[in-house]
Amino acid sequence: MQPPTPLQTAAHPMTPVSGRVLRRRWETDDTFTLDIEVAGGRPFPFAPGQFNMLYLFGVGEVPISISGDPDDPSKLTHTTREVGVVTRAMRRLRPGDTLGVRGPFGSAWPVSEAEGRDVVVIAGGIGLAPLRPVVYHLMRHRLRYNRIVILYGARSPEDILYAKELGQWSARLDVEVLVTVDRAARRWRGNVGVITRLIPRAPFDPENVVAMVCGPEIMMSFTVLELHRRGVASERIHVSMERNMKCAIGLCGHCQYGPHFICKDGPVFRFDAVEDLFRVREF
Amino acid sequence: MKIHTIPEILGEVPFFRDLKPEYREFLAGCARNVHFKAGEFLLLAGKKATHFYLIREGHVALEMEAGNKVFSIQTIGEGQILGWSWLVPPYTWHYDARAVEPVSAISFDAKCVREKCEKDPVFGYELLKRFSRLIAERLMATRIQMADLYQ
Ligand SMILES: Cc1cc2nc3c(=O)[nH]c(=O)nc-3n(C[C@H](O)[C@H](O)[C@H](O)COP(=O)(O)OP(=O)(O)OC[C@H]3O[C@@H](n4cnc5c(N)ncnc54)[C@H](O)[C@@H]3O)c2cc1C
Ligand code: FES
Repeated sequence: MQPPTPLQTAAHPMTPVSGRVLRRRWETDDTFTLDIEVAGGRPFPFAPGQFNMLYLFGVGEVPISISGDPDDPSKLTHTTREVGVVTRAMRRLRPGDTLGVRGPFGSAWPVSEAEGRDVVVIAGGIGLAPLRPVVYHLMRHRLRYNRIVILYGARSPEDILYAKELGQWSARLDVEVLVTVDRAARRWRGNVGVITRLIPRAPFDPENVVAMVCGPEIMMSFTVLELHRRGVASERIHVSMERNMKCAIGLCGHCQYGPHFICKDGPVFRFDAVEDLFRVREF
Repeated sequence: MKIHTIPEILGEVPFFRDLKPEYREFLAGCARNVHFKAGEFLLLAGKKATHFYLIREGHVALEMEAGNKVFSIQTIGEGQILGWSWLVPPYTWHYDARAVEPVSAISFDAKCVREKCEKDPVFGYELLKRFSRLIAERLMATRIQMADLYQ
């Protein structure tokens, strides 16, 4: 199935449509979620893994993944970590403020190919945002999948994204959720240690699992190494890549990654397509 | 409920599973079941490493103090080994280890195990191979942690 293209929502993929902020929630100290209504309440279909270009008038435009429910196209949801000029301006948006939206762009997580198999979703830090639509999809269509495992790592308990939802998912008997943090004060009662340590004991069949991995590149490198060690083949590992973007439609070359354009061929890649470009420096 | 003997338990955990049965018996001769309440310390930094543990139930947090605050830097849970400093002189612990919840474990007497290693170098080498893997894993985990994965 082809993921939706921007032509469904705008006259031209380079022309933003107007979006109005409905709600802003703080997830952590530096990360917030915006619910956005697109021009006149038009539905905004997207596939899990796709992203939009969000344009702040007079400031700039940035690629941000869609973090909402793909089965509810009535509102658009984005979770953003404040790192620089545009994302800092974005954190100041209030309900009623407007921004430009271009998208959805890019490839999707392989939720259809994963049917009938175990699925392991592995996210680090803000990387849970692009994977949350996958989790919504898996939960809604639970019977189509075998075991579902969600592994999530954050720097500290205070940096955990969607903490309430993680709690709700882990309360389900048909989903295994393992969360770990790199360091914690004493009051934290959960796992402490790097996310790669969760992989050897995660309950999935390495021969019949589809892994979807998202986080900073270094986190994905070590995660893939551990998945390989567990016997998961590169063809069944998918990663989401990030590079600076401008046009988001494969014209300007800003997002070039080896022979690929991340905006068009990615951001989600089957690992064997990018394996040679991934570098893990000897530790 | 069937009560499992220590050699049976050792036969079930990945760390000891592929060790020859006679070596597991050998190890069991240095081992006993122990229990800790939540908040109790299994190891204390700077103290002599007289034991190591196989955790059977519950979680243990490795802790260190930095800037007057205590941080947990790793948790060790069911089926995992706690402690390798008993193998390397001067045999002292580097971290505190605190039971996060009630913990059941098998405790191994380090001196007894070291003596068996000296007496039977093949057994010693088998054990050393397992502990070097464990030390390498922990070293790797520490390095990844230092790389600050989520930056
Ligand atoms: C396909 C795609 C999907 C993305 N999805 C999301 C998302 O869902 N949520 C989200 O928060 N971000 C996401 N990003 C990253 C986001 O686009 C950048 O953080 C954003 O462009 C930064 O813009 P800025 O103007 O705020 O920062 P800039 O002013 O451009 O940069 C300021 C500082 O931040 C650093 N920086 C820039 N980008 C990043 C980054 N990605 N991570 C860490 N540091 C960075 C720069 O090196 C610089 O030091 C995505 C990126 C891509 C390519
Ligand atoms: S952003 Fe222009 S080619 Fe990808």
